[in-house]
Amino acid sequence: MAPPVHERITARWSRVVQDAAVSHGTLVLLVAPDQLLEVARSLKAEFGFDLLLDVTAVDWPARNPRFDVVYHFYTTRDFVRVRVKTRVAAATPVVDSLISLYEAARYSERECHDMYGIEFRNNADLRPILLYEGFVGHPLRKDYPKHREQPLVPYRK
Amino acid sequence: MTPDHRAARGSGAFEYLTTKKDEFVGWARKFSLFPYPFVTACCAMEFMSVSSTLYDTDRFGAALPRFSPRQSDLLLVVGTVAHKQAPVLRRVYEQMCEPKWVIAFGVCATSGGFYQNYAALPGIDRIIPVDLYIPGCPPRPEMVIDGIMKLQDRIAGDRHPILTETF
Repeated sequence: MAPPVHERITARWSRVVQDAAVSHGTLVLLVAPDQLLEVARSLKAEFGFDLLLDVTAVDWPARNPRFDVVYHFYTTRDFVRVRVKTRVAAATPVVDSLISLYEAARYSERECHDMYGIEFRNNADLRPILLYEGFVGHPLRKDYPKHREQPLVPYRK
Repeated sequence: MTPDHRAARGSGAFEYLTTKKDEFVGWARKFSLFPYPFVTACCAMEFMSVSSTLYDTDRFGAALPRFSPRQSDLLLVVGTVAHKQAPVLRRVYEQMCEPKWVIAFGVCATSGGFYQNYAALPGIDRIIPVDLYIPGCPPRPEMVIDGIMKLQDRIAGDRHPILTETF
């Protein structure tokens, strides 16, 4: 039994949502990158989604646009999760940052930038957070060689 | 070397003394291993098990963990070491005083285990010398105790230069 908030969200955003489905009890919305900030603002202000749980991405090497950027939101009012996806191309993997809405985005977006090379517009601090300075490439992209090592300490002979 | 020493060496007494000295120092050192647990991952659970009451590494004189590398002589690397952590491990090793030994505890410290990827160091022997490898994911306490005893045997049989190059 889907929570009533699902209905209200899909009704409210039917004009911009490209695809809406329920996966394992979570509402999944697909929106265009330029609509993302507006949808997120509405989720927070109108539907009470006060937690940004995670920002991650999915690499589809054969697809164009290549990346899904995936956001998970949670509301502590209704205890409901919503997943919002947006698609960006490999040439310009840029989406708007959510730090104007959620401070947590600061760090999740840094991690996503580390692992997939997604750029977040208006997030000024995209230094490596799990990786280290000098690391070349984005290890969770499918084209990153599985065995490539970038050691910080030179190996012994 | 003084003339007295030279005379003693000619008679064979010096060699006798050196051998006995190594035996004695080896015996002392093998029962006073002060481990520095460099614990990074799930092997820590097994390390707690092996060092606490039931398996009790105190029986081998390797009980009291020292959390300062200056005060320890056995570096126990317990768990996966990431490339980002490697400089820390290297520095801890360099801060330990001689004599020092290193045990790679578990398969991740030994070879990286199943973490063959961008993040994990494929074996700590890439950056520091290792005396003993204990495989297993995690190793059984019996394996760890066996490893410690093997290391003790090695220490007991080693040369232990403590005064000069020759003695």
